[in-house]
Amino acid sequence: MNRRDILRRTAAASLLAVPATGLLTGCALGGDDNSTGESAEGTKSEQNPLGVKEDAPLEVVIFNGGFGEDYAKAHEAMYTEKYPKATIKHSATQEINKTLQPRFVDGTPPDVVNNSGAGQIDFNGLVSQNAIADLSELLDAPSLDVPGKTVRDTLLPGVVDVGSYDGKFLVLNYAYTAYGIWYSTKLFTDKGWEYPKTWDDHIALCKKIKASGMAPWTYAGKHPRYMSWPVISTAVKFGGVDVAKAIDNLEPNAWKSDAMKAAADAWYQIVKDGYILPGTPGLDHVQSQTEWCRGKAAFISCGSWLESEQKKVTPAGFNMSVAPTPSLGTGDKLPFEAIRGTASEPFMVPSKAKNQAGGLEYFRTMLSMKGAQDFTRKVSSLSAVAGSTQGIELPFGLSTVVKALDASGNNGFNWVYNNFYRKLERELVDAACGEFFSGRTTPAEFLEQCQKGADQIAGDSSIKKYKRS
Amino acid sequence: MRHGKYPLIITFLVPPLLLYGIFVLSPYLQAFQISTTDWLGYSPSANYVGLENFGTLLRDGALWNAVRNNLVLLVMLPIVTIGLGLFFATMLNMGGRRGVAGVVGVRGSSVYRLVYFFPQVLSVVIIALLWKEVYHPNNGLLNATLRGLGLGAPTWLGDPRTAFWAVVAVMVWSNVGFYVVLFGAAMQAIPRDIYEAVMLDGASRFTTLVKVTIPLLWDTVQVAWIYLAIAALDGFILIQQMTDGGPNHSSDVIGLRMYNTAFGSETKFGYASAIGVVMFFLTLSVAVMALRAARRDRIEYS
Repeated sequence: MNRRDILRRTAAASLLAVPATGLLTGCALGGDDNSTGESAEGTKSEQNPLGVKEDAPLEVVIFNGGFGEDYAKAHEAMYTEKYPKATIKHSATQEINKTLQPRFVDGTPPDVVNNSGAGQIDFNGLVSQNAIADLSELLDAPSLDVPGKTVRDTLLPGVVDVGSYDGKFLVLNYAYTAYGIWYSTKLFTDKGWEYPKTWDDHIALCKKIKASGMAPWTYAGKHPRYMSWPVISTAVKFGGVDVAKAIDNLEPNAWKSDAMKAAADAWYQIVKDGYILPGTPGLDHVQSQTEWCRGKAAFISCGSWLESEQKKVTPAGFNMSVAPTPSLGTGDKLPFEAIRGTASEPFMVPSKAKNQAGGLEYFRTMLSMKGAQDFTRKVSSLSAVAGSTQGIELPFGLSTVVKALDASGNNGFNWVYNNFYRKLERELVDAACGEFFSGRTTPAEFLEQCQKGADQIAGDSSIKKYKRS
Repeated sequence: MRHGKYPLIITFLVPPLLLYGIFVLSPYLQAFQISTTDWLGYSPSANYVGLENFGTLLRDGALWNAVRNNLVLLVMLPIVTIGLGLFFATMLNMGGRRGVAGVVGVRGSSVYRLVYFFPQVLSVVIIALLWKEVYHPNNGLLNATLRGLGLGAPTWLGDPRTAFWAVVAVMVWSNVGFYVVLFGAAMQAIPRDIYEAVMLDGASRFTTLVKVTIPLLWDTVQVAWIYLAIAALDGFILIQQMTDGGPNHSSDVIGLRMYNTAFGSETKFGYASAIGVVMFFLTLSVAVMALRAARRDRIEYS
């Protein structure tokens, strides 16, 4: 056998090792649905309202992302303080999906899962397969350290809504995020600019900024869905919360409502007049945020994780602030202060978890005042627990988030289509935004493309549909 | 030696075959099974739906868009990579003017060899990150150079007209080095007296390359062709890291479609498996065709 034969045979063998096809099925379909996974239960009492079995082990899997895993270790320590006989198995990963998929199939998932990050498991898939336990018992349990209140009473508005599917509370979103437009307070003070409250003022300021040699806007060009947030926010403030509800419920022509048209037309102005940093469509989120921190652009759309994500490159004294989208006019249904606020960072207890009661109790620990304050201190993010920032010194950006949320109050709004139908935001609206903000489509074509995406989801019988009221 | 043959063969062959069977063949067979179900991936239950997934697949515009990109890759990647690989290997091994028989490399060829091979030692993810910065529209190496020359500065990865080609260029860049070494090794094995005879007959360099070197390298080129065809039907990692299929699906490939259908924006494992099965047959037929089309009489020179 000479060298050529060896090469030839290697080639033949490589035929069998064709790309990733085998990868998908690394874990096979399991056998029958074994309903033997009886959850560990103890006796319920005043001290133990969820019926935790004291010595039942608890397994917690944390997404190791921007928040790290230390906050979770602290919560676990609080749990074992109350149940010293329980052993806790802690693990952290960046790939929740790949790590846990086989265990869901096998029927042996962990008790607590922080299903977050780019490797997050699609919630539509989980909910439609009844893979997540109902958390409503948790809501009615008394709070761990706020006397006289149930856990439900301690939560910020919207926390229950955003974790509910068809009225059932399944997902605890532990952090609280505001989505808005960010700018550097220092830059604006130095230049004598003021954050505009109306659209006309916004355009006028953009003109001024551009004249000063700086680009008014930049955005995450490779994740252009970041720009769908201010557009939909503008529409919701103009036309009321029903605009968002129609989109969430996949109503026909929801994306082409008058409010969405007005908002898209308004935002098209910044594209038309060249108020976007050249090259932005080629930047990913970190690159664009870095350009913004370097003072190449004045505004960027992002959620309140921005400050900690940019910590390493933000110049001292930059003092980033969040602000709501400008009002379109005096006819707006919601005031200028209204901002999109929503609970984020989803946690769940799988329905086949061995220690469900323990999982719920772990959430009760997280949602205690002590647990929430510890979280805010450790990761510089708001938690879902109301009033838990009191007495904590917050970094500049986060303090503006608290102020913006306070000012917004009952006018705060949110949408959930991105939770219901991940593909719609991540792929379809994303692509439409990319075309629109790089100037390749008109507002009408943009909305048409979004609507087409929504119709595609609506017409796909293999995707479970949810209603929001 | 004879009498110990079978125990030896069995000891060395059974474990790898067993591993191969369990970790390569059985997942494939299961992929076929799963592609006929509506399995959603997070519970053990799935319904048999026959060939429905394949029917959906035929009507899936996004998938066809990805297939089209893979077909473009299938044509471009092997031609460009093998062409460049042959060119560089020739220069490194027989491009120099020194020496009698014209079979030495250009000056500094050992350095070039190192440079060409360099991308091979980097992980694909690092290559993707590296090139993302090179393509950075404002601070990137490429656009800085273009501006320095007074040329326009496109937003490479942000424009549907250029994004795909920008990634294809990186694919070629990261592959060429390996083929330079592969072809180089094959060239070293060609007896020098053949070249001496050709020189004496007064053949030009180009004629020598086309009429002597390439025919003698044909088996190796054929292997390269198959490898590159398989790589062209994949292309997943670079695309996912650099553009994630965007902008507006302009750089989508089948592998990315499959990944996103199973793990990314949906959890349709049954449908993703159907895509995988189609990919399997595509790759298989491409490889068989490449083997057939490239068949020639073999030249022996030992």
